[in-house]
Formats: sequence, structure tokens, C-alpha cells
Amino acid sequence: MQEVNTENEKFVPNIVAFCCNWCSYAGADLAGSSRLSYPANVKIVRVPCSCRVNPTFVLKAFQRGADGVILCGCHPGDCHYVTGNYYTRRRMALLFSFLDYLGIEKERTRVEWVSAAEGAKFSAVMNDFVRQVTALGENKRISDLRVKEE
Amino acid sequence: MNALENAMIEKARDLLEKGVVKRVVGWERGEFAYDPSPATFESAQSLESFVYNDFCGANLSKYLIKVSKNEGKTAVFLKPCDTYSLNQLIKEHRVDREKIYAIGIECQQKLDHFAIEKIGIDGIREEKYDGDEAVFHCVDGEKRAKKEDVVLLRCLTCKSKKFAIAEDTVVLHEMTESCGDRFEEVRKLSGMTADERFAFWQNELSRCIRCNACRNVCPACTCIKCVFDNPKSGVAAKANDVPFEEQLFHIIRAFHVSGRCTDCGECSRVCPERIPLHLLNRKFILDINENYGEYQAGEESEGKTPLTSYQVTDVEPGDAVRKGEDR
Ligand code: SF4
Ligand code: SF4
Repeated sequence: MQEVNTENEKFVPNIVAFCCNWCSYAGADLAGSSRLSYPANVKIVRVPCSCRVNPTFVLKAFQRGADGVILCGCHPGDCHYVTGNYYTRRRMALLFSFLDYLGIEKERTRVEWVSAAEGAKFSAVMNDFVRQVTALGENKRISDLRVKEE
Repeated sequence: MNALENAMIEKARDLLEKGVVKRVVGWERGEFAYDPSPATFESAQSLESFVYNDFCGANLSKYLIKVSKNEGKTAVFLKPCDTYSLNQLIKEHRVDREKIYAIGIECQQKLDHFAIEKIGIDGIREEKYDGDEAVFHCVDGEKRAKKEDVVLLRCLTCKSKKFAIAEDTVVLHEMTESCGDRFEEVRKLSGMTADERFAFWQNELSRCIRCNACRNVCPACTCIKCVFDNPKSGVAAKANDVPFEEQLFHIIRAFHVSGRCTDCGECSRVCPERIPLHLLNRKFILDINENYGEYQAGEESEGKTPLTSYQVTDVEPGDAVRKGEDR
């Protein structure tokens, strides 16, 4: 894990988390009802399945001010729609590797499998991801000044 | 007029006169030797303006989407690498196989007029190859250049000289395959730091004028309504001050054709800003090859593509990105 950069200590990143309805969203719920905390700057977008996330969603999130984007879905093999997350896995492996190729920091993107029973994992993953993006600082490489809020 | 061109015209005339096909898609003579353009020929007389020379780089397969909607069969001349595009189009049900008569034709690398201009040769009246050299008859005399300096980039790393699909062929001489490593530059870029890569791509992509030529020419870009034509998308044009629109356009376009791009090289050929678009597509191709097994789009006219299939044991996204780093 990266050291927290002291200069960035005041910086609070915007994180967008796409969570699948059947596993990870329920995992987030469980985290809440178990009184486990995850950072308030993680904005959850509920999707029917992780494979609903079109690469444009990820890019648009960055455009509109996200500093990090994370996708959470059911563990491979446990997809509510049987195979959805296998496609997600291929797509995001290619997309993230491509973003890295364009020089966009790879630490800003992540895929994690979180089941409905893994409230603790959800909380740990989010805390870790927020720490990682905080260390990285603001997203400047793939953002759009015209739509960024002050 | 060269022997190959003659043979092609004969073939086209024969097909048209016998009524085997209703029309032939080929190239029509332009104003200069270096600007032949794709055209449809419907009668034997119209073949007068038919041309096939070393400037016929254009891949004709995309024209078939529209032309083959017409009644009757269409014959088309395809260079070896173009046949992959046709196969891919058939696989995606964009072109009706039954209505196409594909004729594979000889190709000894095609010229890039941007590259020729760059080394100061213009006013070309005629061109021919002489061993490793290209000879140009220009208004101000004969000029020579090394072939590797003036051919299209994609011809330096030829995919294959076999025809992936063809009813018939017109090949008079043996075709030589140049087999450079097409991933060399992708690997070089991957070896740079993220900052260097970002600077490289900013420099390239910021020149994009969003003319959409790369999309329009691409045989894999066949959506009837493209997301980038939507004026409400916010990315339909070119913004002066932010790089986001080009980034979005190129990332989404490259992603959309990944697993379907045959690496035909048309996008890089037509870009007026000379942006090395093939380096975007080849990154996807390389990643697919390394993570999911060697795959060449257009080799088959049926079956699944890497992005419409999966394996239970596929690499995790995080590991895939890290793998790229160690390369
Ligand atoms: S992306 Fe470029 S190389 Fe790939 S199929 Fe389209 S035009 Fe050809
Ligand atoms: S052809 Fe070149 S300039 Fe035109 S949209 Fe494509 S990349 Fe941009």
C-alpha cells in the first residue's frame, strides 16, 4: 500500500463505485447495518449487474469529476445472471490496461468482487481504494474542466 | 496500364457481360495518379475509368454494406488484408455473403502519398516498383525512393498474403510478405513511464480535428447511428480547451472495435493529422493475444470474438494491468 502523501492530506477525492444490485450493493448495506464505516466520499451507483457498466460510464464519471472509479460485482461464478461478471472481467481488464497505456494512472481504477455477505470486505476495499486515490491526488488527466464543480 | 490492371478489367467485364454480377466495386481513376477512389461499375463501358495501381490502398469492403443491399450480386476486388474485413463484416451480419462475389487481387505493398510528399516528391504522373525501390515519373523527371520509406505503415508489417475469403483471384506474380513486428511500437510505449505515455498521447490526440474520417472508413465501425453523431452527447465536436473529447472519442472507438478490428490500417491511412491510430488498436490486439490467446479478427466468418466470450480462469483486471507493466 502507498504512503499517504502529507501534501494531499486535505484532499478529499471523489470516488464513484458501481455496485451490482445482487451482491456488492447488498454488501454495502450489510456494512451499514453492521456499523462498519466506509468513507462518505464514495458515491455508489447501483447497477443491475457489473456488466451493465459500459466503458463510457467509467469515462463519464472521470469527466464529471471522479478521481477514482471502482466496480464491484458478485464473485466470478456467482453472478445473478450467471455469466455477466465474466464479461465485466474481460472488458475492464482491457479498458484499464488501455487507460494505463494512455498514461492515465492505473491506481484510479479497480474491480473488486464483493458478495452480499461481505460487508467487512466492502468497507475494507473502499477504505483502501480511497487511501490509494488520496495519495495520488486530483484527477487531472482525464477530466473535463467545463463540467467540473468548483 | 499494367498487366494486372488489364487482367482485373477483363475479369470484371466478363462477370458483368455474363450477368454473373450486377455491379463491380473497384477503383476509379482520379485527377492524378495518386488519387484513385473507390467506385461502383455497372456496365462494361464504365470500366474505362477503372484503375488499379500502387495507390489503391483503400479497403473496399466497407462499401459493400450499402452496395450489397441493392438487388443482385456484387463483385468486389480485395487485397489480401481487405479480405479479413469482409469476413468480419459477414460474421457481424453486416453483409450478406450470398450477394458478394469476392475477387482476391495481388498486392505488392501500397504507397502512402503523405509519406511521399514528406520526402519532397510531388507531381507524380506514374509510379512503379523496381526491386526495393519505388520509381516515380514526375512532371520534373524521374525520382526514386526506398520502398520502406513510402509505403503505407500497415504494409511494413503485413498481416498475411493469403485470402481469408475469395471466390476467385487475380494474381500474376508471387506476393512477398513483409513480416516486421507490428507490436514493436506498442511495446516501446508500454515500456515508458506513465508521464511519458501521457505526454506522447496528448501530443498525438490533441491534433485530432474530429473530422471522423477514421470512424467513417473503418470496416468495424458500422453502427447505423453512432453515439458521436448525437449533438446532445457533448462530445460531437472538438473543444478548444479540454482534451477530454478526443480522449473519450478515441478510447471509446478503440474499445468498440476491440476484438473486431482486423488491423486493416485504414484509420491511420486516412487521418489527415497523421495520428498513429493503429497504436491504439494494436494495444487491444496485443492484450487480447496475451491474455486470452492469439486471435485475428476476420480470419473466420463465424464464431465468437474475445469480448463476446470468456473463460472461467481469465486474468483479473488488476493483474492484467500489472502484467502490462512488467512487459
Ligand atoms: S480500427 Fe482501423 S485498423 Fe481496425 S478495422 Fe477499423 S480502420 Fe481498420
Ligand atoms: S481521422 Fe484523425 S483527425 Fe479525423 S477524427 Fe480520426 S483521429 Fe481525428
